Amino acid sequence: MAAISWANLLVGLCLAPLLPGVIARTKALFAGRRGQPLAQLYLDLWKLLRKGAVYSSVTTWVFRAGPVVGLAAAVAALLLLPLGGAPAVVAFDGDLILLVALLGALRFFLVTAALDTGSAFEGMGASREMGFSALAEPVLLVALAAMARGTGETSLSGMFGATIPGEWATQPHAMLLIVSALFVVLLAENSRIPVDDPNTHLELTMIHEVMVLDHGGPDLAFILYAAALKFWLLGALLVGIVVPLREIPPALAAATAVAGMALLAFAVGVVESCMARLRMSRVPQLLVGAGGLATVALMLELVRS
Amino acid sequence: MAAWVDAILVFAVLTNLAVLGSSRLGLCIRMVAAQGIMIGLLPVVGHWHAVDARAVGLATASVLLKGFLVPWLLHWALVEANVRREVEPYIGYPMSVLIGVASLCLCLWLSARMPLPVAAGEAGTGASALAAPVAFFSILCGLLMIVSRRKALTQVLGYLVMENGIFTFGVALALEEPFLVEFGVLLDVVGAVFVMGVAVFHISREIHSIDTDQLSMLREERR
Repeated sequence: MAAISWANLLVGLCLAPLLPGVIARTKALFAGRRGQPLAQLYLDLWKLLRKGAVYSSVTTWVFRAGPVVGLAAAVAALLLLPLGGAPAVVAFDGDLILLVALLGALRFFLVTAALDTGSAFEGMGASREMGFSALAEPVLLVALAAMARGTGETSLSGMFGATIPGEWATQPHAMLLIVSALFVVLLAENSRIPVDDPNTHLELTMIHEVMVLDHGGPDLAFILYAAALKFWLLGALLVGIVVPLREIPPALAAATAVAGMALLAFAVGVVESCMARLRMSRVPQLLVGAGGLATVALMLELVRS
Repeated sequence: MAAWVDAILVFAVLTNLAVLGSSRLGLCIRMVAAQGIMIGLLPVVGHWHAVDARAVGLATASVLLKGFLVPWLLHWALVEANVRREVEPYIGYPMSVLIGVASLCLCLWLSARMPLPVAAGEAGTGASALAAPVAFFSILCGLLMIVSRRKALTQVLGYLVMENGIFTFGVALALEEPFLVEFGVLLDVVGAVFVMGVAVFHISREIHSIDTDQLSMLREERR
């Protein structure tokens, strides 16, 4: 069992940078372009890792710590993540809170590094990132709490284990609500389109991009890789609920989960192609709506008992 | 069929929250219409094991009235009144949704402590554990929409949402209640909405706005 967990971890580490490529190709498909290669992010990472880093003289160790600690937090969170019904490498009661905390640590160090540059732009991006995350994080926690209540387990590996098909049979509405809330969280936390447009380079509209303007070389590679891992993390939670296949061999289950991730990236690409970015003042409305969905799901699970 | 009853009730909760959180009047009208259709199906879906002509009649009547006639009337008033098609709330949209979620919690807590005529979840009755909380929640949402929105049209919508809550309670829980009462309530609603729709139209023609704040202009003299 441990072998399949480590294999799943390796799959996550290797395939996470593929998903942004899938999203970009989907958008290109919709726009009638050929698009960048699927492996573009791997090439970018390779290019950046070979470069040297330039540090502004006003920055301190906080600026250099940001990308490193961020990547470490993302990898640590990946250790807690079950994939395709197989348990995670590390699992204990209440590890869902640690997962959210690690995502919070990733964000905190990224934001402090952005603030450390002293640039007005980066401060603005940092403030927005924190503002929207403050709304998205409770949604994630409440959705996971609803899952925990429904399955009676408080570790992620237990929650996303064998009980998922039974949950779909008994509480389909609650599960649907959880899935939609998690999808909004996925879009918001990864700065995808209804919340932030990852393609823009207008300083007034971007959130995530603006925070990493002063990073270069290996630091930027770490940040991009950590962002891809974050997408993989939140996506795997969603796929773990949506693909309720548990009675098949672990290797096949992992393969279906990876296929599910590719489909999820495709879905995100479709959303990005069909929607415009929301006005900045409307984003909290979207997140509060997702919070409403998650809370209703939690209420449904509470009433069932 | 219990799962379908639950699905309808969850749909009612979601449409309520959506109406509280959306800014476009046209969208709100469509949401309330969809809610009316789904709630109107409850007499048939909820009593699936013993559907009779009365249940079918009630479902047909309420779907036609609340899903099609009333929304059409409100759309007509919206177009004729020629006003800005925005809700213009006194309480912001995120705040309204939060209050909605809080009142949902309150309703769940309340109905867990309330002796109901039909034990929730009892086999064969079609009564869902969600029916009472969702009914109270719809009533509270309707009330919230009436007090927190500026436009006269939204207040009609709040009234309709409240009526949907009462209808849910009646159909899902009071099994022995004669359907005649439901028909009576339905007729009242149509009459009231018809009067309100026409009133909205006349208010807008008279004072060029359906802002209820400005109804004080209708006084004889200003002091």
